[in-house]
Amino acid sequence: MATVARPPGSAPGAPPAPAGPAAREAPPLPAGSSRLARRENLAGWLWASPWILGFLLWTLGPMVWSLYLAFTKYNISQPAEWIGLTNFVNALSGADSLFWPSLTRTFVWALVMVPLSLTGSLLCALLLNQHLKGTALFRTLFFLPSLTPAVAAAILWRFLFQPDFGPINYVLRSLGVQPPPLWFSDARWAMPSLMVMTLWAAVGGGTMLIFLAGLQGVPQELHEAASIDGAGRWARFRNVTLPMITPTLFFNLVIGIIAALRTFTTAFVATGGGPNYATWFYILHLYQTAFQNFDFGYASALAWIFFVIVISLTLLNNRFSRRWVYYEGEARP
Amino acid sequence: VSAVAPTELAPELAPPGQPESAEGLGAAGQSPTARRGLLERVLLYLLAFLGACLFMGPFLFTVTSSLKSVSEIRAFPPTLLPAVPQWRNYVEIFTIPGVPYARFYANTAIITLSATAGAVLTAAAAAYGFARFRWWGRNFWFMVLLATLVLPEEVVLIPKFLMFNNVPRALIGRTLIDTWWPLILPSWFGGGAFSVFLLRQFFMQIPRELDEAAVIDGANSWQIFWHVLLPLARPALATVAIFQFLGHWNDFIHPLIYLNSNTKFPLSLGLRYFLNIPTDATQPRDHLLMAASLLMVAPMIALFFAAQRYFVRGIVMSGIKG
Repeated sequence: MATVARPPGSAPGAPPAPAGPAAREAPPLPAGSSRLARRENLAGWLWASPWILGFLLWTLGPMVWSLYLAFTKYNISQPAEWIGLTNFVNALSGADSLFWPSLTRTFVWALVMVPLSLTGSLLCALLLNQHLKGTALFRTLFFLPSLTPAVAAAILWRFLFQPDFGPINYVLRSLGVQPPPLWFSDARWAMPSLMVMTLWAAVGGGTMLIFLAGLQGVPQELHEAASIDGAGRWARFRNVTLPMITPTLFFNLVIGIIAALRTFTTAFVATGGGPNYATWFYILHLYQTAFQNFDFGYASALAWIFFVIVISLTLLNNRFSRRWVYYEGEARP
Repeated sequence: VSAVAPTELAPELAPPGQPESAEGLGAAGQSPTARRGLLERVLLYLLAFLGACLFMGPFLFTVTSSLKSVSEIRAFPPTLLPAVPQWRNYVEIFTIPGVPYARFYANTAIITLSATAGAVLTAAAAAYGFARFRWWGRNFWFMVLLATLVLPEEVVLIPKFLMFNNVPRALIGRTLIDTWWPLILPSWFGGGAFSVFLLRQFFMQIPRELDEAAVIDGANSWQIFWHVLLPLARPALATVAIFQFLGHWNDFIHPLIYLNSNTKFPLSLGLRYFLNIPTDATQPRDHLLMAASLLMVAPMIALFFAAQRYFVRGIVMSGIKG
């Protein structure tokens, strides 16, 4: 997993993990080789113990518990009852009529949103990398919406999208759109509305700043050399900039996919999953199953299915990255 | 090999434009970006301006709407600016019956600060362990740490809820659901992989000679941690603190599953509660909702302007994690 996001410019054949100078040090001495080493061993464990304990207590332990619950019927008031694969069968066979629709919807969402927001962020970063005067100001203005908490953003956009007196529909009406969409209140428009709102909050945010840092790491000499060779703007972007920022692109892609699949708060607050389940995302379904219907066994199965999907996608991404992500100093086949 | 020193990142992200302010002079041999026609420059500025409008427009309209009066808020056509700015809206939101907004604010502050303090302290301790000691299993645990960076939190949502319900019920006879414990306690265990990772990378940039000098002066590992490393790591600690603060301030799903009584709600839940309480349709309160939302955003914006450097560095660090 440690190879998920290799840093730009990491050396050829660098050990995949753990990163950093630690890898270059001598391997840890076996305990007991000397009194000093034993003491260091103990001290290291003690200092790291808050995190290790936390990992066991809040991550590994719960994951194992969740896996067990996935094979049970459990609603807190009665002890968990082992039912084998029933939960998984119910989900995958369509007995739960919301499982496949919510999963498909979430995937479609990711399929649309990840390319859109990555392209948007990259375009903004490219614009901010043009050495315009006032770039710092523009960067701040692009970035500010991403500071809006999801709940506040949802409330804000419900107001902007208000069908009768909202400013967006006012503008649309004056442009001759009659009747303008009902946005969050219309099953066909709820998803696009959420997309607009999410893009507004995401495009200028962290992704853009990471792209910007990546762009600023592209050596100027390469651009100059390409220019001398007669490369135009597009050719320079295609053959110099783009390959050089593939590690950044890869990182943003992995993080973007995970974030898109996890969409919850914006939809939950803006539409509550409606109208007519139009924005019923997977995590919304999980939340509803566990904390509204108290079907903890089935919800745990949903959680594990989600976990397997996310991890597989990340690993798959990592695997394919070898074909297109370029790390400086690495020989190309 | 992989870790870019955090200190090296800040200059990289200094507002571009300054180092190459000679642009436009068109001297031969200058960077290609400097040779640019007037039309193209105008176009680029127009694009940047358009972008700024798209990002800030909705935001600014919310600001002006939050200052409108009840009669103006649903006026048609909508006005851009309030006739008379109603600053009292920002007082009124604290007095809405059934919506203890001041309470929400205080709750958020308490939860956020307690969780952030714990995360920063324990993440620094763990990072110190990873950065400065050789111990059996260190590389293994560091790999585990990196793996948890891409772990979706949703998979542990249910068992964590059950842990805070069932375990205390068995031990102390009452549940910890509908208390702040589930929101604060987990942060006191290392504060998350990213915090530990970021601080570890920073500690590794601090020369070991400083530790060794302290050892010669008779310092133990606790004193080295507290008196040598932590003061030097202030920028990294600030970055971690900012990200923790942001995360807890905005957190919605955890308060949603753990809290039931509205007197314990943080702002995120409180705002949704305010949004959903039934009201008289003739008494719109969008202006108050806008004001309340903006008051939740305000500390984030203040934090951003106060600590922009650490902010940007933290985000960029996240993109370089190994």
